[in-house]
Amino acid sequence: MKPAPFTYHRATSVEDAIAQLSDPDAMARPLAGGQSLVPMLNLRLAPVGRLVDLGRIDALKHAEDQGASIRYGALLTHAAFEDHRVPDGSNGLMPYIGGQIAYRAVRTRGTIGGAIALADPAADWLTTVVALEGEIAIAGAKGRRTVAAADFVIGPYMTALDEGEIIEAIIVPRRPAGERWGHYKATRKTGEYADSMAIALNDASSRKVRLVIGATEGAPLVMVKTAASCAQGASREQVAAVLHEELAASGRDFSPVKLHLHRTTALRALQQAGLS
Amino acid sequence: MKTTISLSINGKPRTVAVEPRMSLADLLREDLRLTATHLGCEQGVCGACTVLIDGEPARACIALAVTLDGAEVRTLEGLADDPLMSTLKAAFQDKHGLQCGFCTPGMLISSWDLLKRKGALSEAEIRVAMSGNLCRCTGYQGIVRSIKAAADQRPAEAQGAAR
Repeated sequence: MKPAPFTYHRATSVEDAIAQLSDPDAMARPLAGGQSLVPMLNLRLAPVGRLVDLGRIDALKHAEDQGASIRYGALLTHAAFEDHRVPDGSNGLMPYIGGQIAYRAVRTRGTIGGAIALADPAADWLTTVVALEGEIAIAGAKGRRTVAAADFVIGPYMTALDEGEIIEAIIVPRRPAGERWGHYKATRKTGEYADSMAIALNDASSRKVRLVIGATEGAPLVMVKTAASCAQGASREQVAAVLHEELAASGRDFSPVKLHLHRTTALRALQQAGLS
Repeated sequence: MKTTISLSINGKPRTVAVEPRMSLADLLREDLRLTATHLGCEQGVCGACTVLIDGEPARACIALAVTLDGAEVRTLEGLADDPLMSTLKAAFQDKHGLQCGFCTPGMLISSWDLLKRKGALSEAEIRVAMSGNLCRCTGYQGIVRSIKAAADQRPAEAQGAAR
């Protein structure tokens, strides 16, 4: 056995989990799919006094098509998206993302809510839900609230979640049917966390473009100026120049290599989405 | 404090008392003496401990046993009589899919799942799908050849049944 000892509670409902997690003396942590938390327990990197297992809360495992948006329970696995077992309103982007996170044996257990709650800057879902203009539904002792995905992440591994709060669902608006998407991810090894990733969305009918770059040592970067220049039909060279400038001005202090890498993944994602 | 759980392992019902921090891999190897499941990195990277939980591949080193009350676990031992696994084992032998054998149980379970889920497979697709299983001896050439050979030996209807 590798982890330090901890106690275990199998939560029966969201309310039960919140009550267990709200005890300030317990050093309690929620367990979703465990594909990041359990390795950290094995390496003794995450101090945990009480593990609150969310895995048996059925309410967190359903997807609900609400028409204009789809509400995904936080405990849906990456494989559920990959296998098209949940509705999709993203023209195939979410099933594609679900199918290329880590490896199949991780995707069968890792969850969308767990990945977003951990907020690893290189996590695929983080960049994806920010790109898709999703919202995070949070439940806690003080009640329920909803936060825009772009505001949910504060920094690396830092989120808007307060003590005792958990993610209940991820709400993703249905994208325009004609919208094209592009995705590019730079990794040293297939399935590893990305060194850079970018998602571009291009709705030609309304001339709307959205570009988000992930694995940026913090919250995903929404590239507003670059997207605007794309939407105005700027040339590839012009777009590259705006992109370079916007990345340099992002305040993230990228090394020249990293800046070049992010620029490259962004341009490739834009190209895949049918732009420049 | 130990918690008692009941689960099915290779088709047999088992009731065991586990500490919350015990992994499924340790339960299998240490308590139940099912040593086909190998432990490499113990942090979910190398894939040697891959088993089937409720029919789906998973890392036994990062699945806490206590969370698996009611689950159905199948290890390489539990696939001894499976026809597809027999084909894979023969292909690994024929095409030099192993040297030291440490990664082989995980390779076999992951490729078994791949061949169950997917229809016709190219070499490139096999390489991507098997990227979560590390081998330090073979350089992967023999492993990929073995899986490709087993994939092509499946009945025509299995090869067309892409899901």
